[in-house]
Amino acid sequence: MSEAALDVRAVWKYFGDFPALRAVNLNVARGECLAMLGRNGAGKTTLLKILAGLSDISQGTVSVFGSQGNTTDARRKTGVLGHGIGIYDELTARENLELFGKIYQLDRPAHAAMAWLERVDLKHVADARAREFSRGMRQRLAVARAFIHEPLLLLLDEPFTALDDRSIALLQRLLAERLAAGATVVMSTHQLREAMELATHWALLVRGKLVHKGERSPEIISDPTWVYRNYGEDS
Amino acid sequence: MGHVFTIAWKDLRSELRTKESINAAAAFSMVILVLFSFVLDISGDARDFGGGLLWLVFAFAGALVLNRSFAREQSNDCLDALVASPLPGWALFLGKAIANFALLGIVELVALPVFGILFNANWLRFPAWTLLTCALATWGMTVIGTMFSALTVNLRLRELMLPVLVYPMLIPVLMAAMQLTTALLVGEGITAEDWIWVKLLIGFDIIFTSLSLALIDFILVS
Amino acid sequence: MKNKILMAVALASGLYLVRNLYVILLQLPDEAAQGAIYRIMYFHVPGWITSFSAYFLAGLASVWYLIKRDPRADEYAVALTEVGTIFTMLGLATGMVWARIIWGVWWVWDPRLTWAFICFLIYAGYLMLRKTIDEPGQRGRIAAVVSIFAFVSVIITYKSIDWWRTQHPGAVLSFRAGEQRMDPAMEGMLFHNWFALTAFAGVIMMLRLGQERMQRELDALRRYTHSL
Repeated sequence: MSEAALDVRAVWKYFGDFPALRAVNLNVARGECLAMLGRNGAGKTTLLKILAGLSDISQGTVSVFGSQGNTTDARRKTGVLGHGIGIYDELTARENLELFGKIYQLDRPAHAAMAWLERVDLKHVADARAREFSRGMRQRLAVARAFIHEPLLLLLDEPFTALDDRSIALLQRLLAERLAAGATVVMSTHQLREAMELATHWALLVRGKLVHKGERSPEIISDPTWVYRNYGEDS
Repeated sequence: MGHVFTIAWKDLRSELRTKESINAAAAFSMVILVLFSFVLDISGDARDFGGGLLWLVFAFAGALVLNRSFAREQSNDCLDALVASPLPGWALFLGKAIANFALLGIVELVALPVFGILFNANWLRFPAWTLLTCALATWGMTVIGTMFSALTVNLRLRELMLPVLVYPMLIPVLMAAMQLTTALLVGEGITAEDWIWVKLLIGFDIIFTSLSLALIDFILVS
Repeated sequence: MKNKILMAVALASGLYLVRNLYVILLQLPDEAAQGAIYRIMYFHVPGWITSFSAYFLAGLASVWYLIKRDPRADEYAVALTEVGTIFTMLGLATGMVWARIIWGVWWVWDPRLTWAFICFLIYAGYLMLRKTIDEPGQRGRIAAVVSIFAFVSVIITYKSIDWWRTQHPGAVLSFRAGEQRMDPAMEGMLFHNWFALTAFAGVIMMLRLGQERMQRELDALRRYTHSL
């Protein structure tokens, strides 16, 4: 278990001639919880999409759990929660989770679906369509969808944005649980306070460049502008 | 293969629960049938134009079903969730194509008898050949429609671009299906001269199915 | 330097075309069956060959783009497809003029003509599609896949005179027909004009390529200013 969970080496991503990521190097050890900071357009989402296998790189290498490239095995171990919730409105809560349980080739998808519905407190509406759910319920279902295969690597793009209090608490609890089980978490975020409760490390992207990666320090939480004053473009 | 049926089941389940596009397609096909009856001078029998009319109806109504195929994945970024999963791209494509094929089949099952009644056409002259023609041509339409639905899913102006791209690509299938259907409806059945169209349909299906399966990954991963 | 070479080739192909026109119009005799109008063949046949070669190369460039993600391959693909489309229009137009004289109508729905027209529609769709996609990487990938799909229609068009009974004249070039079907002097002239038109097409293609490159740089600069 010596190799890192994530090893990103000299990664460039171009949109046409424009480099959205510039020579990014990032190493995330197993069990780490990394909060990725940066302004809008700094490349956080692009980097997460690359790690999730949703986007190709132009140059460089990305290894997930020691295997290079975007292997099926890496995908099976990864859970992704993006901007969209990734659930089907016309399917019931139970069908949604069973579907992803089957796609992730769980042994007992139906069983896992029911267990997760219970954990996110949606068991009473298991057979109602997702379309009928309130916003908070949909978000909890999305969280269950991303966690159902008990991923060893979680990639979360702005997970706390637009979540209600209950969902935030649930997500934090589940993340803490996964971390305790040895999983690795990478999340992009603007909400320093929520993220830093869990984060062990943080990194800062400025215009496609990774300018800092290090352990969490107390200043970040107490002073929201500290990061940008010390590591941002203006420093 | 399990993945393929998981996806096909999911698409069929969501569509059959609301029947949104399938109802629209069936209703639209009736509208076109009625409209054509005004344009063409039809005194009772579906003659030479019968096959042509029928496949135009299927092409226009089918597009409603096919357009929805990947658009359905878009609303909640479901496509991202699927692409990030261990599901292979080809299985996603094949599953969706099978679901679309079944949905188009349902629309055709509704439209064929109505067409038969309105235009006095007898579908049972060569039942096996009719079924084969429908199956081959529908699969061709399905493959092209599903692939272009995937191609245009993230485009602004996708409603404009889809018909401009899809219909010219479909012309070979439609042409072959029209020729064969007309032969089956009013002609002598499939004669030696019609074989080129059967071969064209089979060739089209094989070529475009393989191209789609080979190229779908380039479309899904950005 | 590059521009000078390009201008030189453009000039040479222009002079070559003028020389060919002189021979075609003034030196070669009328054809026995068709009379004077047969001369349009010297533009029709090489025009189509140039067009289809351009589509073929565009297809290759598209495959290359999908494998290597090299933006230059995408630029070649679009430049070649545009040139191919221009020559498709030339081919359709010359064919229609010829048909008006020989058949008495501008157009018949004959397999060869129909397939050629389908080709035109498909590649026109390809060019329109490109205009609706802003992100260059996405544009390149989607366009490359469409280009590969579209090339199937070129193959069908090319083979349509063998597969269907058609009003369109059969193969004339000896390498395709497998025998000498026309006077060697006339066939030789076809090749002369083919070279001239291909050189001309190459020049337009290179000019378009330059524009595409500049467009790519502009696009990157714009994105860069947005990121500031």
